[in-house]
Amino acid sequence: MGHRFIRLACMASALAFACAATSAQAVVEIHWWHSMTGALSDKVNEIANKFNATQSEYKVIPVYKGQYDESMTAAIAAYRAGDPPQIVQVFEVGTATMMAAKGAVMPVYQLMAEQHQPFDPKGFLGAVSSYYSDTSGHLLSMPFNSSTQVLYINDDAFKKAGLDPSNPPKTWPELEKDAEKLKASGQPCEFTTGWQSWVQLESFSAWHNVPFASLQNGFGGLGTKLEFNGPVQVRHIQNLADWAKKGLFTYKGRKDEPLAAFTSGECAMITTSSGSYANIKANSKFAWRVATLPYYSDVKGAPQNTIIGGATLWVLKQKNKDVYPGIAKFFTFLSSPEIQADWHESTGYVPITLAAYDLARKQGFYEKNPGTDIAIKELSNKPPTANSRGLRLGNFVQIRNVIDEELESVWSGQKTAKQALDSAVKRGNEQLRRFQKANQ
Amino acid sequence: MEKRVVFRSSWLPYALVAPQLAITLVFFFWPASQALYQSLLIQDAFASKTQFVWFDNFVDLFENAHYLASFKVTAVFSVLVTFIGLALALLLAVFADRILRGAKFYKTLLTLPYAVAAAVAAVLWVFLLNPTLGVITHFLGRLGYHWDYVLDAGQALTLIVIAAVWKQISYNFLFFLAGLQSIPKSLLEAAAIDGAGPARRFWTIAFPLLSPTTFFLLVVNVVYAFFDTFAIVDAATSGGPVQATAILVFKVYQDGVQALDLNGSAAQSVVLMAIVIGLTVIQFRFVERKVQY
Repeated sequence: MGHRFIRLACMASALAFACAATSAQAVVEIHWWHSMTGALSDKVNEIANKFNATQSEYKVIPVYKGQYDESMTAAIAAYRAGDPPQIVQVFEVGTATMMAAKGAVMPVYQLMAEQHQPFDPKGFLGAVSSYYSDTSGHLLSMPFNSSTQVLYINDDAFKKAGLDPSNPPKTWPELEKDAEKLKASGQPCEFTTGWQSWVQLESFSAWHNVPFASLQNGFGGLGTKLEFNGPVQVRHIQNLADWAKKGLFTYKGRKDEPLAAFTSGECAMITTSSGSYANIKANSKFAWRVATLPYYSDVKGAPQNTIIGGATLWVLKQKNKDVYPGIAKFFTFLSSPEIQADWHESTGYVPITLAAYDLARKQGFYEKNPGTDIAIKELSNKPPTANSRGLRLGNFVQIRNVIDEELESVWSGQKTAKQALDSAVKRGNEQLRRFQKANQ
Repeated sequence: MEKRVVFRSSWLPYALVAPQLAITLVFFFWPASQALYQSLLIQDAFASKTQFVWFDNFVDLFENAHYLASFKVTAVFSVLVTFIGLALALLLAVFADRILRGAKFYKTLLTLPYAVAAAVAAVLWVFLLNPTLGVITHFLGRLGYHWDYVLDAGQALTLIVIAAVWKQISYNFLFFLAGLQSIPKSLLEAAAIDGAGPARRFWTIAFPLLSPTTFFLLVVNVVYAFFDTFAIVDAATSGGPVQATAILVFKVYQDGVQALDLNGSAAQSVVLMAIVIGLTVIQFRFVERKVQY
């Protein structure tokens, strides 16, 4: 381990030295480490180029640094070696780690205030900004790419089963009935889910306005304890387990692997990220549509609002203060409605500001691309509550691994939902206490 | 009469070994000591708060039933990878050694997997054995065998063993082939004249004479299975289903590099280091005695 870390740190610092040598000219360079690939990466470069063309003092340089966990690890290693990048894109799971590092991070609200840039946190979608704000409502990182969970259905499979695809299942019991009909029609796989922890527990809890963890899902402090073994969650996971036994739900993997089972036509329904829109559009050979995430209508307050996934941009503290005005200007540029609407329309991520949403609406984007506004409607269904604002959990990567392991023991019939969720809570709490010990 | 060459100068021998020593110090002892030191601390990811906690990280580990369970997985995985890897490589080497025509072609092909990165090897096998899209899955399905390693623990372990063995087989093959070719032909010919068949010649002459190579490969393969296989697990199964493929080195990687618990990860790597040092000592003390040089 030590070996690997040091090598990483050396690489990062060597890079930063090289950068320091070239930035001696008048132009101040702003390095932006990100994890966007393919078309998304092109778009990131396009945004940076557009910004660079608007002025000559600062130059934003996007650098692809591997997947989310890799770029975060690299940025932290660079920070520990004394040469952090200016901006790093961090996934929502890393939020608690970034927030706890008070000395290492420049909060965005503070940066924008110090640099006298216009900045209105209320202009952001509530479900987006609340995830990344502290308890007093200050936005700590710059929202960038956010998605949420939706249901996709295969229209052709629905029609074959005698179902009306224009009336997709609204509740989980309806989904079960539709799945039975699909099965009767010979469909090999009725329903699957991507990102099981995120969709079926994290957002599920918010959508039904029940807590995922104590102390307002961890927003209230490091002493938070997991609470997702409540009756609502246990009931849902047990239902999924029963459906798995009956062949109505098929488990296809922890992360994004299940998507291929939907695009290939094997599975007729999938709950996964709204950001999968482009992928399904490119790879499926059948009619399909986006539908709202199902809920249980007898749970009080449901549906509340779903929570987001994706990433935000964090500013790391710099020795050279000259970069701050440039970063602030770049963020103002980045959150402008034109840039945001374009980002939303070309990538499938939700528009993070209300102004961008309005612009996309005016441009007629949602008429041309039906279903792309469902994610926004879910996120802004109701004003976020303490249960639906988001999650602020340390060692969240490990906690998700624990949840994945325990859920797999449910799908394979080794444990009941109650046993597995109790065990996941217990093991997850050990991780929370470890994080608390390291950060208090 | 003294036949050994002796350095007259007092500093020259030290100067000559110095580069090797420096490399060992910088690339082994220093990182290893860092890992030891880190394992006694608790820090946040940015190292802004550091506490010295003695052996708390180790206590946390050994109180965790799931960590202890991964010892068993690691043991099964390592034994399978080492023995299947050595046996298949030896078999291939014996055949390649006997081939007269096109020997170069076969040897080149058999060496090829070694040039493939571990993660790529895993992805390759995942493609072939993917429960939804895999080619082999399709044929297994036709034969009536349901292949779905996403929820089947045995199949998941099989998948990573196949990928790990396939990746290492070329290395073993090269050493075995070299070992076979250095066996004096006269011995084998003499045995043949005495009427020993190919199998008998192999077991009574070639195999015992190969024992130094086999021993060397045993040590190398155990170290490979313990340390070098995390990328395969990461790309293929992420340790699942449940914990069926969560081998120790994968947890070191996952907790340290993916989840940023550097101290917990350092403690795990110290445990792993102790295991491998122990195993290597055992191999040299007990197995090496049977080796005929």
